[in-house]
Amino acid sequence: MHLHFLDPYQERRSPIHAADARIKLVLALAFILTCALAPAGAWPAYILLGVLILVVEMFSELGVGWVLKRSALVLPFVLAALPVIFTLPGEPLFRFSIGSWVLQASQPGLERFASIVLKSWLSVQAAIVLASSTPFPGLLAAMRAIGLPRLLVAVFGLMWRYLFVLVDEALRLMRARSARSGYDQPGRRTGGSLAWRASVTGGMAGNLFLRAIERADRIYMAMLSRGYDGEVRSMPMPALRRAHWLVVGFGIALLAFILLLANLFKG
Amino acid sequence: MLLKPVLMHIPDGFLSVVVSIILWVVTIAVVAYALKRLSAELGERQVPLMGVLAAAIFAGQMLNFTVAGGTSGHLMGAAIATILLGPWAAILVMTCVVGVQALIFQDGGLLALGANIFNMGLVGVAVSYAVYQTVKKLTGGRKWGLFVGGALAAWFSIEIAALGVGLQLALSGTSLANLAIPAMAGIHALIGLGEALITVGALAFLYASRRDLLEAGSSAPQGGWLVWAAGLLIALALAVASPLASANPDGLEWVAEQKGFLDAAQGPLYHVIPDYVFPGVSNEGAATIIAGIVGVLIVFGAALALAYTRRKRTAA
Repeated sequence: MHLHFLDPYQERRSPIHAADARIKLVLALAFILTCALAPAGAWPAYILLGVLILVVEMFSELGVGWVLKRSALVLPFVLAALPVIFTLPGEPLFRFSIGSWVLQASQPGLERFASIVLKSWLSVQAAIVLASSTPFPGLLAAMRAIGLPRLLVAVFGLMWRYLFVLVDEALRLMRARSARSGYDQPGRRTGGSLAWRASVTGGMAGNLFLRAIERADRIYMAMLSRGYDGEVRSMPMPALRRAHWLVVGFGIALLAFILLLANLFKG
Repeated sequence: MLLKPVLMHIPDGFLSVVVSIILWVVTIAVVAYALKRLSAELGERQVPLMGVLAAAIFAGQMLNFTVAGGTSGHLMGAAIATILLGPWAAILVMTCVVGVQALIFQDGGLLALGANIFNMGLVGVAVSYAVYQTVKKLTGGRKWGLFVGGALAAWFSIEIAALGVGLQLALSGTSLANLAIPAMAGIHALIGLGEALITVGALAFLYASRRDLLEAGSSAPQGGWLVWAAGLLIALALAVASPLASANPDGLEWVAEQKGFLDAAQGPLYHVIPDYVFPGVSNEGAATIIAGIVGVLIVFGAALALAYTRRKRTAA
């Protein structure tokens, strides 16, 4: 499979792409934390946060539509919050019945539901911009810079390096299975029982793990041959300049200010 | 529809800040301990192995089988990782899998990542380990015991993790306990069956081809009893607490309100400005308008700053 099919990174020439990965990671996390900390029903703050992320999206040249389309990912989970509309006590808004089951929506319930959905939607946009504008090695360096242990970052890096190889392997296994599966006409059952199909898939998964373990052996030997001694070395990141600190400070101050407004003008 | 543990990956916005932070703290502590254990007892040989296996679990989640009418079953992988690698390495591998899913593919939020690693990594692995080891001991290491243990470990890892997700959503005030917990438990009881079948298939294949791997992975590691006890405790606690919580949703709601779980951050400012009115601004409508104006100014400033950096870049 082609790498670009899986990797969300989009090559563009934009100020967001050019920004230091450490700064982007910290600011994206701060943005998501601000969304989480903003109280329910703080609509002005949500609008500000939305405009902020929209401006960033416009500058990133990723295409606002593209980001919005990807952000639809969170939609299925919205179901989990849906009941809150009807279960929170408060001023009744409307009611409808499904059979003998009467549902009554309350205003606080609707407010909390809308808040959860909006917060979630804003947060996922920040994560999308981060992942689409930062190549993975940059993210690894940023993880190291914010203090993740070396061993963990090394495993992350190796995982990413071999992700595409193993996804390819999995797709080949699946193609081989379809090539050997009989299928003649629609409506005629082929392919054995459910448990049989599942255990075939299990066997394929086992095969994939076995290949991975054997590949890991080879990788280790290759690393050893190049002088690997348990230490993963990488080029040091360039030191953060004053301008970088200013951007981080300004960003966090802006988010803190929005959070303050959110608390002042709640509901 | 995919019968995929998609509901396990909680996005941002669905957990309250307090719940997220508590789970982050627990997750960081356990992962740090697992890292310490691993670097003490395993050589540098394990680094590529864990990286490649994490990639394999990720890729393995793409393998599917048709169930009926367009639905298909998938793999989460906590159980098989635990059986192959032992608990500490499995925790690290699942941490990387869930981490990459969140960071790159937005499968689960970043602030909620602590909770997601907790559910799929820590709970999934600990429960798998406890169940698998117990069944293996009870059956005296016989072949069928291996498969039964694997199947039960897979099913319980999914089910208990799902109960955890339901409970966390309820504690966050996002969903009600008497809806979220039975719904999660019901859906994942089915998804867990798929997981169990795939895990047994994988074990059967590995048993036939490389039995030594299964024996190597489950040799008792140092501190293994700790994971065993933790897994058992988590499983029991969630299995007991969840029906209780869903039978008394008001109780949980009450805890959530009392502990300030629902809107933890807003307490103090409340009292400074009573009635949510800005000093000198007498009604809410005006306050909103002022907020709007201030907001536009902020946005204007932000856009200006960004445009400035951009101009400098194109000029350079």
